[in-house]
Amino acid sequence: MVRVDGKGSGALVEIRSLDKKYRRGGEEIDVLRGLNLDVDAGEFIAFMGPSGSGKTTLLNLIGGLDTPTSGAVRIGGDEISRLSGRKLAAWRSRHIGFIFQMYNLIPVLTAFQNVQLPLLLTNLSKAERRKHVEAALDLVGLSDRMRHYPRQLSGGQEQRVAIARAIVADPTILLCDEPTGDLDRAAGDEILDIISRLSKEYKKTIFLVTHDPIAAKRAGTLLHLDKGTLLECTADGLFACKPEDAGK
Amino acid sequence: MKFLHLVLLNLRRKKTRTALTLGSFLVALFLFGLLMTIKTALGSGVDVAGANRLVVRNRVSLIQPLPLSYREQMLRMPHIREATFATWFGGYYQDMKNFFPNYAIDVATYLDVYHEYRIDPEEWRAFAADREGCVISPPLAKKFGWKIGDRIPLEASIWGGTWEFNVRAIYDSDVKEFITPELWLHWDYLDERRAFFKGFVGWYVVKIDDPANAVEVAAAIDERFANSPWESKTETEKAFAAGFANQIGNIRLLIMSIGSVVFFTLLLVTGNTMASAVRERTGEIGVLKTIGMNDSTVLFLVMAESIVVAAVGGGAGLALAKLFTLGGDPTGGMLPNFFLAGRSIALGFALALAAGAAAGILPAVGAMRLKIVDALRRV
Repeated sequence: MVRVDGKGSGALVEIRSLDKKYRRGGEEIDVLRGLNLDVDAGEFIAFMGPSGSGKTTLLNLIGGLDTPTSGAVRIGGDEISRLSGRKLAAWRSRHIGFIFQMYNLIPVLTAFQNVQLPLLLTNLSKAERRKHVEAALDLVGLSDRMRHYPRQLSGGQEQRVAIARAIVADPTILLCDEPTGDLDRAAGDEILDIISRLSKEYKKTIFLVTHDPIAAKRAGTLLHLDKGTLLECTADGLFACKPEDAGK
Repeated sequence: MKFLHLVLLNLRRKKTRTALTLGSFLVALFLFGLLMTIKTALGSGVDVAGANRLVVRNRVSLIQPLPLSYREQMLRMPHIREATFATWFGGYYQDMKNFFPNYAIDVATYLDVYHEYRIDPEEWRAFAADREGCVISPPLAKKFGWKIGDRIPLEASIWGGTWEFNVRAIYDSDVKEFITPELWLHWDYLDERRAFFKGFVGWYVVKIDDPANAVEVAAAIDERFANSPWESKTETEKAFAAGFANQIGNIRLLIMSIGSVVFFTLLLVTGNTMASAVRERTGEIGVLKTIGMNDSTVLFLVMAESIVVAAVGGGAGLALAKLFTLGGDPTGGMLPNFFLAGRSIALGFALALAAGAAAGILPAVGAMRLKIVDALRRV
């Protein structure tokens, strides 16, 4: 279940009265204003909205990459906005997988080594790490590209390696920031197929930021961000609802 | 250690830049190795000087002699156990470029004062019995291919003419610094043949009962010979050796100055290189932090990169310096103890690591403090 009215309880993700302000050139900009959101485990949510509406900022706050100006982000009962830097990093490594628009692979590492990176922060043995990496690369269909460097892969393949890296530590939540934004339609569809599969088969809780309505349709819930406020939309994104009417 | 391969791979990104930085460390530590070798060579006498030995020389200069009669007078003074003496001979073999230290010693007392030397008793007896005999060191025997029984002609630059000596003994020592290319001859033989300074010696070496009495004994000796035509200057062997080394300038200050400038330059060059490397990888640092790498690990990764460069480059420079010094004294006898000591290598390596760490600290702290959202914005 997804709610944007702040009246839910016991959800995997609970966001309350979230404010985020930035200061740019002496001017204070309200990016997010009093935002509420409850998301149960296994939901697939897409965020749409104009540029600068706060989509990526919201994603960063859910992933603990940024800290809110005020309000709370609770995930699995942990108030992550109050965790120290070290604890937050450890929490992120266990619970969050990130997929970026520009893939962000380390160019000097092979596909295998890139996917293995999050596991180096765990206590897994070398053999166990290998097993996990192979499974993740197999899931995204790149078992035969393990020893390839990013420069030897197509954009779609690079993004699949990035997905494998995001899921290799078996996180609870996947945060996808315009994962198809740099790909052609065919490659983008392949990526969306994998993300949909991760939602349906592996019951991952997925937050997808996109400008692409076709990509957004893969999600079970579409939320629209405008001027720092969340609105829930119908599946085709045509009708926006006011937050207070949006219980689902 | 799990991230060591990432550190090494990062160094391979810009091979030219890494090679140049390694080269900076290599050249700097090679230079450091040579400077330390020269310092060791010049100061080797200082390091191994006997604490219970005093050197008595003419107050005016080392070139001026002292009367032989001083020995008996000194032996009657408290705390003095033995007194031996020597005179600079200044001979060379065939050509001036074959110069090596050679001096006339008092055969009866020399080994009583210098217990560091080891000589076969039979060889020593043969030397004592032959007024034209001489003792040589292993490096000299090796250099000229001399062996016991050989007759050696030396040109006497001070005393004039060609003097011939029979090699009767080759000394050895457990103290490495004592094995230098040198030759000893009989002081009696020198005094008999020379035309001037008869009955005079170049310097005395006095053995005292306790190093704690050194200052008192030195003052007493100088007081005894004060206001005489041959006033003395007495100092510990260590002070004498240091003074001798400093005759060509304050070596320590010179080496410290050159070394400091080299290391400071190295620090700037490496610091700038590391800063550039980190700047180029800002986005990647953001990604590493995103997947859960904490700030300390990021700090470690950048520092490790800088330290690995320092260790490899510095280690290679020191190895090269060691190889260079294995060839021996390049001055033909001016720096007999020309070797790179283990403690100098250790010091150089520690300094290289420190320079690597210092060069990496600012970029590493910058990377550590980098906010993830700011870093990802720069991808």
